[in-house]
Amino acid sequence: MSTPALRVDNVSKMYRLGEVGTGSLSHDLNRAWARLRGRPDPYALIGAVNDRTSEGTRDFVWALRDINFEVGQGDIVGIIGRNGAGKSTLLKLLSRVTAPTEGKIFINGRIASLLEVGTGFHPDLTGRENIFLNGAILGMNKQEIRARFDEIVEFSGCAKYIDTPVKRYSSGMHVRLAFAVAAHLETDILIVDEVLAVGDAEFQQRCLGKMKDLSTKGHRTVLFVSHNMASISALCPRSLMITKGGISFDGVTSETIRRYMKESQVLMTSRVSDRSDRSGNGKARLVKIQIKDSQSEIRSQFATGEQFRIEMEIECSAPLENCNIALGVYNGVGTKLTDFWTDLTLPRLNLHRGINHVSCVSTSSNFSVGDFRFNFFLESNNEVVDAMEDVAQAEFMAARTGNLQIAPRDDCGPVLLDHEWTFNGGMSK
Amino acid sequence: MTETDKTVADRQAGHHDAQWTRIIQPQRGLLSVPVAEIWAYRDLLLLLVRRDFVALYKQTVLGPIWFIIQPVMMTIVFTIVFGNIANISTDGVPHTVFYLAGITMWTFFADAFTKTSETFITNASIFGKVYFPRVIVPLSVVLSGLLKFAVQFTILIAFVAYFAATTEVVQPTWAVLLLPVLLLMMGTLGLSLGMIISALTTKYRDLRFLMQFGVQLLMYATPVIYPVSALPDTYRIYIMANPITPIVEAFRYAFVGRGDFDPMHLAYSGGVILVLLIAATVIFNQVEKNFMDTV
Repeated sequence: MSTPALRVDNVSKMYRLGEVGTGSLSHDLNRAWARLRGRPDPYALIGAVNDRTSEGTRDFVWALRDINFEVGQGDIVGIIGRNGAGKSTLLKLLSRVTAPTEGKIFINGRIASLLEVGTGFHPDLTGRENIFLNGAILGMNKQEIRARFDEIVEFSGCAKYIDTPVKRYSSGMHVRLAFAVAAHLETDILIVDEVLAVGDAEFQQRCLGKMKDLSTKGHRTVLFVSHNMASISALCPRSLMITKGGISFDGVTSETIRRYMKESQVLMTSRVSDRSDRSGNGKARLVKIQIKDSQSEIRSQFATGEQFRIEMEIECSAPLENCNIALGVYNGVGTKLTDFWTDLTLPRLNLHRGINHVSCVSTSSNFSVGDFRFNFFLESNNEVVDAMEDVAQAEFMAARTGNLQIAPRDDCGPVLLDHEWTFNGGMSK
Repeated sequence: MTETDKTVADRQAGHHDAQWTRIIQPQRGLLSVPVAEIWAYRDLLLLLVRRDFVALYKQTVLGPIWFIIQPVMMTIVFTIVFGNIANISTDGVPHTVFYLAGITMWTFFADAFTKTSETFITNASIFGKVYFPRVIVPLSVVLSGLLKFAVQFTILIAFVAYFAATTEVVQPTWAVLLLPVLLLMMGTLGLSLGMIISALTTKYRDLRFLMQFGVQLLMYATPVIYPVSALPDTYRIYIMANPITPIVEAFRYAFVGRGDFDPMHLAYSGGVILVLLIAATVIFNQVEKNFMDTV
């Protein structure tokens, strides 16, 4: 390995669960008392492993436990893991937003993070003013920003609006400007998290290219966190997989992704109602989801173009008004294909107390060949109520369907659109 | 392991550590102030001051004139309520200039205090994503306050000049030379108290409610609308125990010519401020590293 840029040494991070408030002052006093007597922290002993699939019973949880890895200069390393596995915590420790509970992190050079770009953008300031402010927040001084100002503006493609307050920018322009500032940072280590979820395809491509450049030409180290397996495998030769607060695999990206997929498989076979790797306010929960065919048989394998039906049971503790449900459809490597939203075909729903039955039929599914995964999302009055990844999975196998003469080829991509060819010449039998 | 093995291993470990430019660890010294780091971020400090200024008055018609309107309106109200209706003594000094002097100095403190006390809460979203020395934010707040003070101070000077020319009572003294010291004391006091409160509010939100009326009450415990000389003896000791009192009195003595000015009292203030500054550094350092977990 080349000279190391980063070494993480036995790092752990403990969080307290639940509301801070009642009891926290007495906990603090207890701790202070224990410390005065030279005793260990009385609350640190009862930590449980960060396991989101079952409800934590302890007050304290180790979000990360004994993390060890090293990254060489100019390396570009991917980090994958489920929501709540500890990825964000790791990034927060690396970017010094919060301190580790135990262990040490050694860093060579300047480190900057892109945890959701556009941090510190002030809506009333112009693009120009925000470039300077944002650059300074990320650790650049005035000369450095001035020297790269034109480059930043050009990369963002916002030259025309550079003296307009950013509150008049579209969200796309906002992200582009923010990423442009960060991409031109004079740092040795760059942490990128989920930036590419926004912006148009062309800009995403440019960002990926820029990150690759930073690593190969600029000899900058990049840590890249994403749910999109396609961009991770395109960018990073090596990836870490984080599971339940620990590094479960560290190695060649293709192998990491394979293991990650396998892990998803295991998760999907566990009952949805038992899972706690979900976000939202919890006023309602998805407790059951099944994929059925036109004969109402539960199936996980379908033929190309075959109709399928997703049936869900949502449990509410109290009536919930103005709801909107979505199923996001992803292919095997995590690229989003489409969304099914209830409000596209129905008015907003009012869920009643108890179990609500919802189902969604795709009459002429355009899926061709491959694995498809579904993410679940429920909002009420624009507030997230329940959201979970990988709640169901379906495999589509090549088959003759509709006007097709033969089954589609295995490598024809995830979707199959209705289409018809015409030709004015003759055809062989 | 033999003795030599151990030293070799030690040396290697030491050599290994030396190649790293930064080491992130669970704890940092409680009294350490990252001076070099703050210096490295000095451009951010100035840009934040600029942002406060520019953003505050964008889309307002009068812009920075609001800086002036506020103390002038307060002075008018105080003159009517406390001067003319309640008839509280102003030490023989014309009401307007007496109140304006008190208000100018008081607002500098009150702004520094209240705004730094909100540091962690209002900046939680930025602090949650990027690291920079957190002290930069309170420092920028106090610097912005200093600029605002400069604007308001010119109004005071105009009033003082007018009354000095037309009356015998208002006479600035040599103590005007102490202005930088007084500002430094006032700024440090506001900064320290604000930092202590901001660090504590990350855990105990109750303090925010206390802050809302606490600062107002504190003003009445400070000789802003009355002079120390008008105090009955029973209360005097309490008002004099307030470290802000000597600063406001000295400021008034310097520019208006009346007030309780005693170097010993100022030294007392200085002592209290120093203690508060140390306490603030310790508490702030403690909270800075992990506050994102509790906010």
